[in-house]
Amino acid sequence: MNPSHPLARAFRASLAAAAATLSLIAAPAAAQEPIRIGAFLSVTGPAAFLGDPEQKTLELYIDRLNAAGGVLGRKLQLVAYDDGGDAEKARTFAKRLIEQDKVDFIVGGSTTGTTMAAVPLVEAAQIPFVSLAGAVVIVEPVKRWVFKTPHTDRMACEKIFVDMRARGIERIALISGPGGFDKSMRAECLQIAKKHGIQVVADETYGAGDTDMTAQLTKIKNTAGVQAVLNAGFGQGPAIVTKNFRQVGANVPLYQSHGVASKEFLKLAGDAAEGVRLPAAALLVAEGLPDADPQKKVVVAYKRDYEGKYKSEVSTFGGHAYDGLMLAVEALNKAGSTDKAKVRDALESIRGYMGTAGVVNMAPTDHMGLDLTAFRMLEVRKGDWVLVK
Amino acid sequence: MSGAGGALAMSGELAQYLATGITVGAVYALVALGFSIIYNASGVINFAQGEFVMIGGMSAASLVASGLPLGLAIPLAVAATTLAGLALEKLAVEPARGAPVVTLIIITIGASIFLRGLATIVWDKKLHALPAFSGEQPIALFGATVVPQSLWVVGATAAIVVALWWFFGRTRLGKAMLATSHNRLAAQLVGISVRHVLFLAFGLSAALGALAGILTAPITLTSYDVGVMLGLKGFAAAILGGLGSGPGAVAGGLLLGILESLSAGYVSSAYKDVIAFVILLAVLFVSPRGIFGVAAAERV
Amino acid sequence: MRARLATPRTGGLAALAAVVAVGPLVLPNNYFYDVAILAALNAIVCVGLNLLIGYSGQISLGHAGFFGLGAYGSAILASKYGWPPLAAMAMAITAVAALAYLIGRPILRLRGHYLAMATLGFGIIISLVVANEDRLTGGPDGLAVVPLTVFGFALQGERAWYWVVGALLVAAVWLALNLIDSPTGRALRALHGSEVGAGVAGIDAARHKVLVFVVSAVFAAVAGGLNAHYAGFITPSKVSFLHSIELVTMVVFGGMASTFGAVAGATVLTVLPQLLTVFKDYEMVVLGAVMMGTMIFMPKGLVPTLAAFLGRQAGAARTPAVERRAGAPGAGAEPRA
Repeated sequence: MNPSHPLARAFRASLAAAAATLSLIAAPAAAQEPIRIGAFLSVTGPAAFLGDPEQKTLELYIDRLNAAGGVLGRKLQLVAYDDGGDAEKARTFAKRLIEQDKVDFIVGGSTTGTTMAAVPLVEAAQIPFVSLAGAVVIVEPVKRWVFKTPHTDRMACEKIFVDMRARGIERIALISGPGGFDKSMRAECLQIAKKHGIQVVADETYGAGDTDMTAQLTKIKNTAGVQAVLNAGFGQGPAIVTKNFRQVGANVPLYQSHGVASKEFLKLAGDAAEGVRLPAAALLVAEGLPDADPQKKVVVAYKRDYEGKYKSEVSTFGGHAYDGLMLAVEALNKAGSTDKAKVRDALESIRGYMGTAGVVNMAPTDHMGLDLTAFRMLEVRKGDWVLVK
Repeated sequence: MSGAGGALAMSGELAQYLATGITVGAVYALVALGFSIIYNASGVINFAQGEFVMIGGMSAASLVASGLPLGLAIPLAVAATTLAGLALEKLAVEPARGAPVVTLIIITIGASIFLRGLATIVWDKKLHALPAFSGEQPIALFGATVVPQSLWVVGATAAIVVALWWFFGRTRLGKAMLATSHNRLAAQLVGISVRHVLFLAFGLSAALGALAGILTAPITLTSYDVGVMLGLKGFAAAILGGLGSGPGAVAGGLLLGILESLSAGYVSSAYKDVIAFVILLAVLFVSPRGIFGVAAAERV
Repeated sequence: MRARLATPRTGGLAALAAVVAVGPLVLPNNYFYDVAILAALNAIVCVGLNLLIGYSGQISLGHAGFFGLGAYGSAILASKYGWPPLAAMAMAITAVAALAYLIGRPILRLRGHYLAMATLGFGIIISLVVANEDRLTGGPDGLAVVPLTVFGFALQGERAWYWVVGALLVAAVWLALNLIDSPTGRALRALHGSEVGAGVAGIDAARHKVLVFVVSAVFAAVAGGLNAHYAGFITPSKVSFLHSIELVTMVVFGGMASTFGAVAGATVLTVLPQLLTVFKDYEMVVLGAVMMGTMIFMPKGLVPTLAAFLGRQAGAARTPAVERRAGAPGAGAEPRA
């Protein structure tokens, strides 16, 4: 059709009018546009008991924040995807969050693997990202846009070694699984063992999805001089390791990592978990904390909210998500806008924030902000967590 | 370690590996039997066999968690799985009868994915434990320590094998199924309804899978995706023993379990799963009929 | 002229090239480009796999293994050993071809379910080795991959990759179509019909089967290497049994013995999971249902079924030569035991 045909002209005119009207309607709507928090979590798959409470926590607190008026006068909107524990999927979803959903902030990456897959994208897109995973490599070397909330695996090793020496233990066996966190924690523990006076005399591994570790534990049991066993892992593996540990009749203390800090582990390991020690956030023993403990208020409140809504026990992983979200909100408030660079700077300047994992003091060289004080040593007694004094 | 002490430790190790291997092997045997029964009745390889194991274990776990006693949960779980197997046959396999091998493989694989997805909706994505049938106190046996559940697994498998032997050898229904597997046309000529045999075969295999899942859940825990590896290894066991042979399935399962456990202990624990598939490839390359398999003639 | 345009080799190829060319006008942002690129890479694998499954009547449940070896081979050589990426890819592809040739002979002596299980076992062994050799491969969490640099110029960004992969897809389809119409292709189709019969006619079954096996492995390895450098990341999930199944489903869903069917199948089944995240919880259920439903109700696959449907509509307007070309023989004639 000839562009100057009357019908064509009328069509173009009406399009222009419609566009103008829409933009008028859209303009005030932009002020009401929600702040989009993006998340890619491992809700299904081998890391499901990390991702599931994380997603629940995010949903719960975003609803609560919105009910209280939102942030910066705007509502919060959660855009969450399930990466199933797969790093490739996490990468695709991170890209989707950045390019398609155009989120303002990302809280996510339940596992080290999924986090590290998204890091290059986050750095390239220059969007603030708080990871919920454990390995030290996430924040060391420090990356400008990447932060994290859980304690690192190196801190877990330190805490465990200190406790071991206090019990007179010097020679230990190590057993770990596949996956970024396991391998990272194993490497960290091996590296700092000597410094703490610990000698690792056996080093076994198991595979993903293995349902029987009696072979590895038998080998450990038959190694001379083993005084304790450290299982560096998370997920299904440690539960089975614990069960098999009792089964082969090993009589030495068993230590787990903070990767099993949830009631799921206790349910699965059953009676075999009696006497197991692990470093974990105070959240697990919230009510048992002395009233003077500075963390008590925050952890008791979170526990009450989460268990009230979902009728299932808290885990430290949900706590990590809570910390991540609250840090994001704190940064947004401090920055006064959703401008990514401003928010990032505000995030990095947070000091003295009390979360479920402990006091957070971010700094340009420390994008995790936690120290060893809030990491507690717990022991399993009669199917529940007990603080070790 | 002194010589004698060292030898004792070695034999204790060996005993431990064998104990684990036989327990795991019994489960593989049950899964392999399920494969063989369906293959015999229809020539179909049911890739959803592992899912029957999963449904059995998960149903039992959720029934027990909701308060039912174990004695009631187990038969209900087996029944539920059997229904799933029958539904699978009626809705997915029967409409595609006569289709080429690739099509049937895709259908059963699609069914396994479907069932897994259904499991995440009906239950969840978490791990579940089933209480051990008679406690968790380890028993010392010939230098190894076994949990009582292992004895249940091996004992129940033995009982099931005997029951199947009796069924196929002594009952009319069982003999009808055997006849169908030997020659479908001839079986039809003597009045056996091949469609009903197929229906029954799926139900029976589903029940076997469910029992395997329920027996092993207290030891290995269960979740929506336990079926994948178990199904594949059970299939490897079936081929090792000879596809379509009952005794072959049992022998293949036990052999696979023991070889897996021994190689995990003495060679490399990281590559435990690989052993099953290396054995599979070796059997297929050298003697595809397996240990007890019958050579089939191909019509030109 | 109209008859020539309607044949797969010219008409179909032109249509595919047109679709690729029009892409940038329809794709709104990088995320869509990402999906399109992944679809095209899957399509390249499927076109090769279709030669094996659809035309030759074999089956492979382990093709993700070849894809993964191409990806990891290139990734490791380039990222860990500093090889120039193109050389790394070339080396990886050559290695895969050699491996396919070596195991091709023993594996392809098997038929039916045994062949399926053997390829399955092979694929799983590869995925387990990749997942366990973490010092080399980064283990279950995968490996970061350097971008593809050609003479110092780094190929980065979705748009650039879109054109590269699109062009390679068209090239792959052209190669496949040429192979099908060649004497080798005809020999393969004869094999599919009856291996014994083909042997009687003087066709060396083993040689031809190994040839198509190697060709399909190479297609997969090329796509794998490209995927690794494009995504900047590779994980063992791309080498998994599930991925092998997805590939076979794409071929079978799109239409066996139909090269454009393979492309269509790959595209639909790559886009579908992205759409399905909306139905988060139901993703697996729908995927499984699609697989079963297609095989039960549309066993020839999408494209041949559509083609047959349209062919019936068009009726007398089509010439016999076009009809013979447009819908190649579907799977169905297998040697009966």
